[in-house]
Amino acid sequence: MNKPDLSVQPDLSVQLGPLNFKNPVLTASGTFGYGREFASLMDPNLLGGIVVKGISLKPMAGNPPPRIVETPCGMLNAIGLANVGLEKFLLEKMPWLQKLNTCVIVNIYGHTLDEYGAVAAGLKGVSGIDALEVNISCPNVEKGGMAFGTDPVVAARVTDRVLKETDKPVIVKLSPNVTDIRAIARAVEQAGAHALSMINTLTGMTIDIEKRTARLANGSGGLSGPAIRPVAVHMVHQVVKTVNIPVIGMGGILEAGDALEFLMAGAQAVQVGTANFTNPRASLDILEGIHKFLKDHGIHSVKDIIGSLKS
Amino acid sequence: MFEESAEIVFNKRVAGATFFMGFRSGPMGEMANPGQFVMMQVRSGVDPLLRRPFSICGVNGDVLLILYRIVGRGTAILSQKKTGDLLQVLGPLGKGFESPGGAVQPVLVAGGMGIAPLIFLSLTLARKDQQFLAGYGMSSEVVPLDQLGIVGLSPSIATDDGSEGHHGRVTDLLESVLSVKEKPSAIFTCGPLPMLKAVAQIAMGQNIPCQVSLESNMACGVGACQGCAVKNATGLNKPYAHVCQDGPVFDAKTLDWEVI
Repeated sequence: MNKPDLSVQPDLSVQLGPLNFKNPVLTASGTFGYGREFASLMDPNLLGGIVVKGISLKPMAGNPPPRIVETPCGMLNAIGLANVGLEKFLLEKMPWLQKLNTCVIVNIYGHTLDEYGAVAAGLKGVSGIDALEVNISCPNVEKGGMAFGTDPVVAARVTDRVLKETDKPVIVKLSPNVTDIRAIARAVEQAGAHALSMINTLTGMTIDIEKRTARLANGSGGLSGPAIRPVAVHMVHQVVKTVNIPVIGMGGILEAGDALEFLMAGAQAVQVGTANFTNPRASLDILEGIHKFLKDHGIHSVKDIIGSLKS
Repeated sequence: MFEESAEIVFNKRVAGATFFMGFRSGPMGEMANPGQFVMMQVRSGVDPLLRRPFSICGVNGDVLLILYRIVGRGTAILSQKKTGDLLQVLGPLGKGFESPGGAVQPVLVAGGMGIAPLIFLSLTLARKDQQFLAGYGMSSEVVPLDQLGIVGLSPSIATDDGSEGHHGRVTDLLESVLSVKEKPSAIFTCGPLPMLKAVAQIAMGQNIPCQVSLESNMACGVGACQGCAVKNATGLNKPYAHVCQDGPVFDAKTLDWEVI
């Protein structure tokens, strides 16, 4: 057996269609605020990119508390997509983000197709935004509250609408709360999405048996954390075999080994979410761990890991 | 704010299920103000997943002090920690108490473990005219301040079952303190929500500025997760405030006590 060449610094850069990341580790929307919250504890410029909190056309107050509850190896949240709204985002958050030396991806959502279009249009031409990530897991008020992301036709329509209104690459973030995620992935690919990110949280519920009430004021919430990781890895693996556009994997990544699972399953980059809460430096620790894994195994490029799962 | 691997100096039971812990804090302790908190990872690994918030009870040299009661798995695990064990700690976090400035006879009203940040506040204020009131369920819950190495603080005690001090609520003590002609002009309080509500209503009814310290579930402690929302009073420009960043200490008038 050949000895690994340890003298070479591995190449961590990845290309996802029109997007170039200096490394495959990003932070997930809703877990990293607007980028600034953790900046005194870790340097976001070292990351491949950050995905900022979901932006809607109008400010959203969010749900009543309690909004979060811990569950075995995970957490449930029903924040309610609270955010400052498009106008304030551009005015108050964007100037700081523009100074970053890493990819900035803005997560967007709407309650109607028109709202998706309007947010995308509002971000058109804004410098310092490298891509949009479209959250299609929110309820469609025109369709009785059913999530956009649960119907291939509707998911494609949202994708198409955003593409028409933007000059930026579009990543569509898939919901796992569907019967067959491959059908949604295919529809979104056909609509022209540049990449997919997956998975969003799994819908869940937990009950206080003394009070006989749901522990979240909203009743249900989105489950995240290591509890969902095997589900996420499997779905990424399924989708990578189905579509030709790149996939960004996420779901319960706490350590480098977790991220490597997603990469080996075929994801070309990963997003770190809940781990940011438990360890503000988690994303950088994961990046260092991937680097070390490549070095230890004499692998010259992280691209050689991607999709390397043996069948 | 700092993220440190902090060494436990001591972790001892001081009453009932109440524990007193000190850990070497470095710059975190130097920066800490009364009312601020730390997020502690009670053990490494994935379960329990999230850090727990604890009010800072005081700083002694380079040792940061917290006072906690076993209320669930996280605190049960914490109570097993030994001298020399390391804990990941993030802090100091949040907005603490504002100085009462020229206010006279500041009154500190504690309920249960709510005494933790008020001990820190009381020691920092070090005012001769301050009054410290502490309510508990029963005598066995009363935190013995002398065992904490704290001298010169002797709160007036109220217990629900009358087993120590005044038989009744701590708000009874507050009302009697406020029944004098020369009224105190600042109230600081921390404790269970129903008690905070009662204190806030008394304070607002008599037009006395009142600072309340709230607790909440939270995942991050730094404003990213937005999990620790609390309803603002109507008329404020934002519907919700966040306990981790806008608080944990709030001016009672800014909160919606009907919804809270």
